[in-house]
Amino acid sequence: MKKKNLAALLMAGAMCMSLLAGCSAKDESSQPSASQPAGQENQNGGVVTIKVGGIGPTTGNNAQYGTATQWGAEIAVEEINALGGPIKFDFKYEDDTGAADTAVAAYNSLKDWAKDAPLVIYGCTTTTPCVAVAAETYSDRYFQLTPSASSPDVTANKDNTFQMCFTDPGQGSAAAEYLKSSGLGTKIGVIYNNGDAYSTGIADAFIAHAKEIGLDVVATSTYPEDTTTDYTVQLNACKDAGADLVFLPIYYTPASLILAQAKQMNYAPIFFGGDGMDGMLDMDGFDKSLAEGLLLMTPFNASGTDERTKTFVETYQAAHGILPNQFAADGYDCMYAIYEACCQIDGIADMDHAQLCDALIALFTGGDFSVDGLTGTGMKWLTTGEISKAPVVVKVENGGYVTQ
Amino acid sequence: MSFLNNVITGVSLGSIYAIIALGYTMVYGIAKMLNFAHGDVIMVGAYMCFFAVGSFSLPPAAGVLLAVAVCTVLGIAIERLAYKPLRSAPSLAVLITAIGVSYLLQNSAQLLWGADTKTFRPLVEGSLVLVPGQLSISYVAVLSIVCCVVVMITLTLFTGQTKLGKAMRACSEDKAAAQLMGIDVNATISMTFAIGSALAAIAGVLMCSAYPVLSPTTGSMPGIRAFTAAVFGGIGSVPGALLGGILLGVIETFAKAYISTDLSDAVVFAVLIVVLLVKPAGLMGKYVPEKV
Amino acid sequence: MKKLNKNSLDGFINYGIVIVAFAVIQTAVGMGKMSNILQSLLVPACCYIVMAVSLNLTVGILGELSLGHAGFMSLGAFAGITASVLLQSAIPVGPLRLAVSMLVGAAFGALGGVIVGVPVLRLQGDYLAIVTLAFGQIIQNIIMVLYVGVDENGFHMAAGSEQFHLSAGGTAIIKGPMGAVGVTKLASFTAGFVLILITLLVVQNLVNSRSGRAIMALRDNRIAAESVGINVTKYKLMAFVTSAALAGAAGALWGLNYSSTVASKFNFNTSILVLVFVVLGGLGSIRGSIIAAALLYVLPDLLRQFGDISDYRMLIYAIILILVMLATNNDRLKDLVGRVIPKRKGAASNG
Repeated sequence: MKKKNLAALLMAGAMCMSLLAGCSAKDESSQPSASQPAGQENQNGGVVTIKVGGIGPTTGNNAQYGTATQWGAEIAVEEINALGGPIKFDFKYEDDTGAADTAVAAYNSLKDWAKDAPLVIYGCTTTTPCVAVAAETYSDRYFQLTPSASSPDVTANKDNTFQMCFTDPGQGSAAAEYLKSSGLGTKIGVIYNNGDAYSTGIADAFIAHAKEIGLDVVATSTYPEDTTTDYTVQLNACKDAGADLVFLPIYYTPASLILAQAKQMNYAPIFFGGDGMDGMLDMDGFDKSLAEGLLLMTPFNASGTDERTKTFVETYQAAHGILPNQFAADGYDCMYAIYEACCQIDGIADMDHAQLCDALIALFTGGDFSVDGLTGTGMKWLTTGEISKAPVVVKVENGGYVTQ
Repeated sequence: MSFLNNVITGVSLGSIYAIIALGYTMVYGIAKMLNFAHGDVIMVGAYMCFFAVGSFSLPPAAGVLLAVAVCTVLGIAIERLAYKPLRSAPSLAVLITAIGVSYLLQNSAQLLWGADTKTFRPLVEGSLVLVPGQLSISYVAVLSIVCCVVVMITLTLFTGQTKLGKAMRACSEDKAAAQLMGIDVNATISMTFAIGSALAAIAGVLMCSAYPVLSPTTGSMPGIRAFTAAVFGGIGSVPGALLGGILLGVIETFAKAYISTDLSDAVVFAVLIVVLLVKPAGLMGKYVPEKV
Repeated sequence: MKKLNKNSLDGFINYGIVIVAFAVIQTAVGMGKMSNILQSLLVPACCYIVMAVSLNLTVGILGELSLGHAGFMSLGAFAGITASVLLQSAIPVGPLRLAVSMLVGAAFGALGGVIVGVPVLRLQGDYLAIVTLAFGQIIQNIIMVLYVGVDENGFHMAAGSEQFHLSAGGTAIIKGPMGAVGVTKLASFTAGFVLILITLLVVQNLVNSRSGRAIMALRDNRIAAESVGINVTKYKLMAFVTSAALAGAAGALWGLNYSSTVASKFNFNTSILVLVFVVLGGLGSIRGSIIAAALLYVLPDLLRQFGDISDYRMLIYAIILILVMLATNNDRLKDLVGRVIPKRKGAASNG
C-alpha cells in the first residue's frame, strides 16, 4: 500500500501543477476552483495548458523509431511553449516496448498522470500497440493522433483516431502508380517482412495495384523478422527472375543489409523503398555509397532548404547528435496539428478530455482545417482519420535526397 | 549453379552460427549451464570494436584485441558476481540469473550507446570469386570458417593436452572429485568463462562484419540460433558446435530457397526436433544412459 | 492422513488468498481508489498468474524444463479470438461467449500439448527444453502466415494472403503478421479471477491425487518410479497436457482483452518471463507462483510513476531479478531464515 500512497502523492503534485496552469484564456470567471490553491490562478496569464501523452517504444527492438517520434515531438513542444500563444503543452512520453499490452498500460499511466486535466494521446509509434490503445481511447473518449502507425486498422471504426503518416495501402498503391508513370523498371521484384504489419500492408497493396495497372511483378520474397541477417536467398530470387527494380517496403535497418548484400553479389537493380527507409543515411557508420541511386517515398527531407526544416534539423542534431528522420518529423507535425487545432477551439479551458476530443474531431473532419508542417503543406484529414498529403519520391544522390 | 550459390550462402551463415555456438558449448560443457547472456556479450564485443575502429580510428586488429580484452574481463566479472554465488543452487536458478544478466547488458547498452542502429564497418571486405560472375564467397565467410576450425582445433588440443584443459574436463565430469584431486574448481570455471567470452568477442566482430548492423538487441536472436546449433550438434561437443552451426545455416538457407521464405523458421526448428527424436543427444553428443 | 490434511490446508490457504485479493481489489475499484494503470494490469496479471501456475505444473511438479509455454498461450489466444468471432451471433451474451472461447482456447492448448508431448517427452533435461523452445518458434511462425476469416460462404483459412479471398461482407479474423485486429473486448477481471480459481482447483486436485504423487515420483527418481510400475508416458503426458490446456485458456482471456494481438507477442521472451515467475516463486510452490507473477508483472509498469527512474525501469528490473536469485540462493541467508522460522516441509524442492 505504501507504493500507492507515494504514487498518489506524485499524482496530487502533478494535478496541482496542471490546475495551476489550467487557467482560461477566454473566460476567466468560470474556472474550476474546487481544489485550486487560492491566489495563484493568474500566474500563467490566461494560457491554457493541454496535457499531451505520448506512447511509443523507447526500449526493445523498435526503440530507435519510438525515440525518434519522442524527440521530434519534444522539439515541437518546446517551440510551442516558447511561442507565448494561448495554448501550452505539458508533454509526457511513455514506453510501450512495441507491445500491445504494455501500450495499454502506458496509456493508463498517462490517464493517471493527467487525472482530470484534458489529455490528448500522441501515439503509438507502431501499428499493433496503436490499434490496442485506439480501442481504449475510443471508448474512453480521448483524442488520439499517431505519427507513424500506418495501418488502416488503426483508424477503422474509430472516430477519434487520426494519422499523420500515409496509410500502408495508400503508400503501396502510390508506389505502383509512381512506377507506372515514371516507367522505371519493367520487371519488378518485391522483398518484404511478412512478420510486420507495416511491411505486409504496403506490399499487399502494391502487388494488387501493380496487377491492376499492368506492372510486371516477377518475384515476391519475404523474411520473417527485422532481426533477420541474411537476405541472399531473397535477392537471388529477384536476380534469377530478372528483376531490374526491387521494391522494398521495409524499415531501413534490414534494408541497409539488403543493399550491402546485393552489392556483394553484384546485383544492381534500382531499389525503391517506402517511408520506413528514411533514416538509412544517418545510421552511424553507414557507407552512403551503398544507397546511391536508391529511390524512396518519404514525406520528409532532412536536407530540405526551407527555414523550418533547417531549424528543426539543427535543433534535433544539437540535442541528439543525429539527423532527424521522417518519424521525428511526423512527430513534430503532430504537435503542431494538435496545437493549431486547440487554438481554434472556443472555450477550451472549460473542457474535459471528452469534450476536447469531440471538438478536435469536429475540427479535423470539418474540411476547413489544414496544417503546414515539415512533412507537407496544407495537410488535411479525411473523416476516416486518414491524412491527405502528396507523396514525394526522392532519390539518393551524393549522400543526400533529391526530390524527383 | 543456384544450388551451389545456396550452399555457399548457407555455409557463410552457418559459419557465424558456429563461432557463436562454440562459445556456448564450451561454457555448457564445463560449467553445465545455459549461459543465455552469451549473445549479449557478443553484442558488447561488437560495440567495442565499432567504437575502437570507428570513433578512435584504431587499426582493426587493435579493435579486435580491445573487444577480446573487454569481453574477457566482462565474462569473468559476470561469472564472479552473478554465477559463482549460485554454484550449489539448482540449475534453473542459474538459468534465470543468466537471463537477468542478459537483460542487464541489453538495457545498459541502450542507455550507454543509444537505441539507434549503427552500421559496422566490416574488417575485411570483398569476396573470393570462384566462378567469375556466378559464384563467389565473401572473405568474411572464409575468415569465419578458418576461425572456427582454428578455434576448434585449439580448444580440442587445449582440453586434451594441457594441465588446465584437463582440469576443466575433470570439473565437467565431477566437481567434487576434481576438488579432492586438488583442482581449484572456481578458478577453472572462471577460466572457462574467460575463454568463452573471448570467443564471444571474436564472434561478435565476425558476425557484424558479415551482417553489418549493430544495436543493443543484435546479440539475442543469433544467440538463440547458436544455442539451437549447439544442441543440434550435441551440446558440450566442440566439433558438434561447428557441424551444428554449419548445418543449421545450410538448412535455413535451403528452407528459404526451396520450401518457403515464409516458413523457414518453422522448417529449421522442425528439422531440429526430428534430429533430436532420432538422436536424443544431438549429432555428435554422447548419450549417457542414466544409472540406477 | 496428517500429511494429506496439511496439503489440503495449503490448498485452502491459496483459495483464500485469491478470494481475499479479489474482494479487496473489487472494493478498491468500486470506491474509485485504484489508479487506472493498476486497473488495466488486472486482467493481464490474471493471465500471467494462470500461466505461471500451469508452467509450475510442468517445471516444478513434473520436473521438466519447458521454454515454449507461450506457444500454448498463443494457440489458445488465436483459437479463442476465432471462436468468439464465429459465435458472435450464436451466443450474444458476452460473459458466456468468453467462457466458451476460453474452453476452445483450452482445447487447442491441450491439442498442442498432445502433439508436442507424445514424441518429445521421452527426451530429457536441456534437450526437452530446446524442443519446447523450437515448438514455440514453429507456432509463432505458422500463425504469422495464417489468414483466417468468415463470410457468408462459411469459414476460410489460408497460408499467405494470396490464397485468402473473402467476399465483401466477410470478416477477417486473423490476418497473418497483422494478427487479430479489431477484437471485441470481452475479458474482465472477474473472468480472470474465476479462471485462477479453476486453475487452482485443477492443479491442486491433480497434485494431491494418486496421479499427482506418481508425477512427483517421476520427478524425484524416474527409474525408481518406473520400477514400481508407474507408467512414465501416461503421467508425464497428463501433467504436460493439463499445463498446456490451462495456458490455452489464459491465452484466450489475454486475446480477448486487447483489440489487437500478434503472434510475435508470444515469443521466447514471454516464455522466459513466465519461467522467471515460476522460479522466483519457488519450484513446486503454487502460492509462490501466484504471488511472484502478480508482483513481477506489475513491477515494470509501476516503476513508470517514478519520473526520471522510468527510463531505467527495465535496467532496474534486470538488477532486481539477479539480486533476488542471489539472495534466495544464498546459504548464509537461508541459514538465518531457517533459524528464525522453523523449517517448513513444503512440496518445494529442486527439479
